[in-house]
Formats: sequence, C-alpha cells, structure tokens
Amino acid sequence: MSKAIEVKSVSKSFGTYQALNSVSFDIGGNEFFTMLGPSGCGKTTLLRMLAGFESPNSGSILLNGREVVDIPPHKRRVNTVFQSYALFPHMTLEQNVAYGLENLGWDKARIRNRVGEMLERVHMTSMAKRKPAQLSGGQRQRIALARALAPEPEVLLLDEPLSALDLKLRQAMRDELRTLQRDTGITFVFVTHDQEEALDMSDRIAVLGGGEVQQIGTPTEIYEEPVNRFVADFVGETNFLDVEVLESAAGQATIRTPFGLSITVPSPGHAAKGRATLSVRPEKINLGDQAQGITFEGRITNKNYMGGYTHYTLDVAGTELRASRRNASREGDTIPLGATVPVGFVAGSARVLAA
Amino acid sequence: MTDTTLHAPAETDSAPRARFWHDLSFWGLLPSWLLMGFALILPIAIIAAVSVATRGAHGGFAWDFNLAGYRQILWNEGWTGELEFTPQYLLIIARTFLLAGATTLICLAFAVPVAYFISRQPPGRKAILVYLVTLPFWVSMILRVYAWMIILGKDGTLPKALEFLDFPAGMSFMFNDGATLTAMVYTYMPLMVLPVFASIEKLDGTLIEASHDLYGNRWVTLRRVILPLTAPGIIAGAILVFVPSLGAVLEPSLMGGGKEMMMGTLIQLQFGGGRNWPFGAAIAMALMALVMLFLVFTALRAARREAAQ
Repeated sequence: MSKAIEVKSVSKSFGTYQALNSVSFDIGGNEFFTMLGPSGCGKTTLLRMLAGFESPNSGSILLNGREVVDIPPHKRRVNTVFQSYALFPHMTLEQNVAYGLENLGWDKARIRNRVGEMLERVHMTSMAKRKPAQLSGGQRQRIALARALAPEPEVLLLDEPLSALDLKLRQAMRDELRTLQRDTGITFVFVTHDQEEALDMSDRIAVLGGGEVQQIGTPTEIYEEPVNRFVADFVGETNFLDVEVLESAAGQATIRTPFGLSITVPSPGHAAKGRATLSVRPEKINLGDQAQGITFEGRITNKNYMGGYTHYTLDVAGTELRASRRNASREGDTIPLGATVPVGFVAGSARVLAA
Repeated sequence: MTDTTLHAPAETDSAPRARFWHDLSFWGLLPSWLLMGFALILPIAIIAAVSVATRGAHGGFAWDFNLAGYRQILWNEGWTGELEFTPQYLLIIARTFLLAGATTLICLAFAVPVAYFISRQPPGRKAILVYLVTLPFWVSMILRVYAWMIILGKDGTLPKALEFLDFPAGMSFMFNDGATLTAMVYTYMPLMVLPVFASIEKLDGTLIEASHDLYGNRWVTLRRVILPLTAPGIIAGAILVFVPSLGAVLEPSLMGGGKEMMMGTLIQLQFGGGRNWPFGAAIAMALMALVMLFLVFTALRAARREAAQ
C-alpha cells in the first residue's frame, strides 16, 4: 500500500489556541480514511490543510511523496466535498460539474463526456440543466460529489458531508459513498464527529482529541481495543470502573474491581500499579443464563426496552453497570426489574486503561 | 344569464373611489406624495415648460411655445435663418458620457478590491472601515474639490513631491480631463464601494474556496464566481456613480478649468452667463431622457437575468 498522504509533526495554533499539536500519520492509497473527533479536536483544520486553505505553523504534509505545504489549493490534485456543498448557485448542475475540468484545460468534447459520465454515476442526468436551488439536500450532496470527483483527484476530502441530511438519506449515502470509493479507487479522507458513520464506512479511523491523534486503527481495533479513556468514551458506549492494578506484565494486568473481584484482563498501556480504569462495553456484559467468563451477581435497577435490544442498569455491590442484551427471540426480554441475576463478561473483552 | 353578469349594477362603479379616499394608506402616504409633488414633479414640470418657451431678450423667458431650445442642441440658426448642423453640443454630450463612463469603470476597479478587503476583516474593524469609506461625505463637496486643487495644482503637493524626485519643476496636473476625472472618481467612490461591499459581504466564502479547490486561480475565481454573484451590487453601484457623474458641475468647472464642458456645466452656463434658459432647460430634459433610457435598459436586463435564473 503506497502512501497517498503523509502528515509529519504538524502543529497549528490560532492566536493562543493550539488547534493541532505535532500530529503525524500516513494515509494509504485507495484508503477510506476517517478523522473522527468531537468539535474543536482539530479534524477540520487538518482537512483544510490537506486542501490548502490553511497552512501549518510547523511540520510538513506530503501528497504522493511531494511536499504541498506551500502549494496553493488550485494547484493541488485534491478536491473537497464541503459541508454546505458550496455549489455555485448561478451555474447549472452541468456547469458546476464542468467547472474544475475547464480550469484544468480539458477540451470541450472530453469535458462533455466526463460531465455526462459523472451525472450518470450519481443518478442526476435528467436534472443536468437545473440550478442548485431547485434540488433537495440529497441531490445537492450528489452533485457536490460528482463535481469533486470529476477531475479525478488524487485524494477526495469530505467535510462532514452527511450532517445536513436526514437520517434515512444519511444511511443510503453512506453506502453510496463507500461504493463510490471502491469503484473509483480514489483515496477518501472523511471528517466526522459521528462515530457510527466512522465505524461503518472507514478502512481506518484516526480518533482526534485536543489537537492530538489519540488512536489510529481499523474500526474493530478502535472499538474493541481503545488505547485510552478518551477513545473508549468517544467511540461507542462503555462502562468505566475505578480499579486498582495489583500486577502488570506483557499487556496483561491483574486488577481488583470495586466490587471485590481480582481478575486478569488485557492492558494495552502497561498500566502502572495503583489506580486505573477498567472499560467494559455494555453488550459484552451477559446476564442470567448467558452469564459466562468472570461471573458475579447484580440487581436490575432500570431497564429500557428498545425493541431489538434491552438496556439494563445493574447494581453490583454499590457499583453501577450498564448491560445491553439482544432480544434474540420474543421471549428475550424476560428479566424483571429488581431481580438479582448472574452477571458475567469474558476477560478478553475488557480493557484496563490509565486512570 | 350572461346578460345579468355583463350589465353589472352601476352603483359599484363608485365604490373603488370611495374606498380609496377612506383608505388609511392614502393619508399615511400623503406627506410623501406632497414631497414628491413639490420637490420632484413640480420642478421637472417647470423645467419641461421652460424648455419649450421662448428665450427672453435679456435673459429669462417668455411663455410662447417654441422648440428653438431643442433645435439648438443639433442645429445652429445662421444669419439668414437657415439651419446649419453643429456637432459642438453633441460632442459635449459624448464627452459627458465618456467621462461618466470612465468614472464608473475606474470606481469599479478600485471599489471591488476595497470592498473585498473590508469584507475579509473581523467585525469590529469592518464597521470602522465602512465608516471611513463614508467619511468624505461629512466634508462639503466643494472643499474636497479644492483640496484636490491644492494637491494637483501648480506648487501643489504632487508636483512638489515629483520635483523632489528630480522631475522638472513647476508641473501642474490641473485643468484637463485627467483632473476632472480624478475629482469625479474621488467624489463618487463611496457610492460604488458601499453597494459592492454589501453584495460581497453576502457572498458565501466557501464558494470562493470551492473555486480554488476546483483549480480556479484568483482571476478565474473573480471572473466566474465573485463577479457574477456580486453583479446586483455592482450594477447598483454603477447606476449610483454613472447617473450623478452625467450631471457633474463642480469637477469639470473647477478641476477641468471650465473650457472643456460637460452637460452639467453647459446647463449651468445657459442659466447663468449664456442667458438662454429655454436652451439650458432643453439640455437638462435631454440629459434626463438619456438617463431614463440607461435606467430602463439596465432594469430590463436585470429582469431578464432574474427570469433566466
């Protein structure tokens, strides 16, 4: 896998605010790469740097091996799908899609072919002569995609492109984006604060927080093996327990839980002896006859029936735990409120993180 | 059946008029109607009347219908009463349009970057800069024109500065079209900057970024994105500059030296030293007609643009 983008110790501050603090990572060719983080984490600043709208205070950015920090946006073979789509309101859809090609100096026949091809790809051929104001949000989104992909960029940047769409459309666009990426083979760099979107679409995810890269990995790695509390908390739901590390060696730690159990679980950061945090995802905690692995008892204090799942809140010797259970059959949701039931989780599904 | 609907009851005919007088909006608008009547329509009516009156022997005019004023714009009456085509006034009209057009274009060339620069500033500084743009309006126009005479005239600031840079001494930049144009551009600049600023301010900045992102350099972005989207402001500014430029009096008479006339100075001359009120009024009416033509033309174009969108 060749490297499409190399970000090397990039820092950026706006006034006294440190937006990015020595950020480094590589993005592979043909990769669907997502920068995930809460607002203010620096992901949009990073994306704008890749596009050329911002330049770092220090560090360098390589695009296919070429330093681009001093290259203006119109000379970078990178296109952006803007959050607001930024379609030119005075041009027809056709003209919008052709704009980049005209600036690249393509000849008329080639432009016409390419525009037709792109409009067809996003199923907008019949609307070629319309203006952006006459389109729905989803249609605008598709034209923005067609416009950005038409010049065959080396990298496509997507700035929260789904956030303005309603839920159903968003789900459909996720699949469409993923297909488009596979078909074109263009590197996609996607920015979002929606962890579900990131997990669903990405080859790899970079979780950003506080202007730093917290973790980079595949969606499974990010979700199942978070390296710190920030990642475990931001991506998905989890239970955090204050625990005491008794012994720590080779990625494993023996800990004592607040409800008195001594167990050995994975510990990616080689937690030092003393206070630490144990993270267990709710769906990893099994109840009743499904309880296995490390088992103990808990009392159901609250439950939320969601249809496919039921979320339970448990009291385990004064510690609150959340568990969710798939209702595999009609009789799935049978544990009554107030019942004391066996509770268990497999040691390998929990993680000890620095406190 | 059709008969009854065709012959509608007669009394309803008076109803709209009665409603009109009882309509509050009529009385509410009355001050505006009066102002328009006395300050706009009446003076124009008087000028229109004077333009078809007969020239008095010692200035003024007599109420005898006469089209001599209009005729004089194009033809001169010879000794024996024969009409001779004289282009001199036509040339003044052409000069006027040329200078007003040049003023508009130069104002535009300066106003677009200025407005763009202001729109890119943080809110507080933006307000100050907009205020500064209007600052010249706070000083009497005649004083500002005199200030330019001090800068450009003999022994003025600019010739002195050039002398310091080893240019020949005693240069003057006064009393030519360049001087007239300088003062006109200076005077009307704010009228261009403000509407252009208003439309650039409304322009979505991500559209400019999108243009750069799609390989458009600054020039392409200006021509294909910024100008088309700010056209309403630019047209408004052009009208605000062009129309008063056509009637400029102070600049050509003070800065241009008054020898080469514009329509404004020509009209002033007829009502003053020339003592030919009907001719002055006729030129004024001609000027107004030309301005109307220009405005109708731009309005039609704007309407067509709108329809095309």
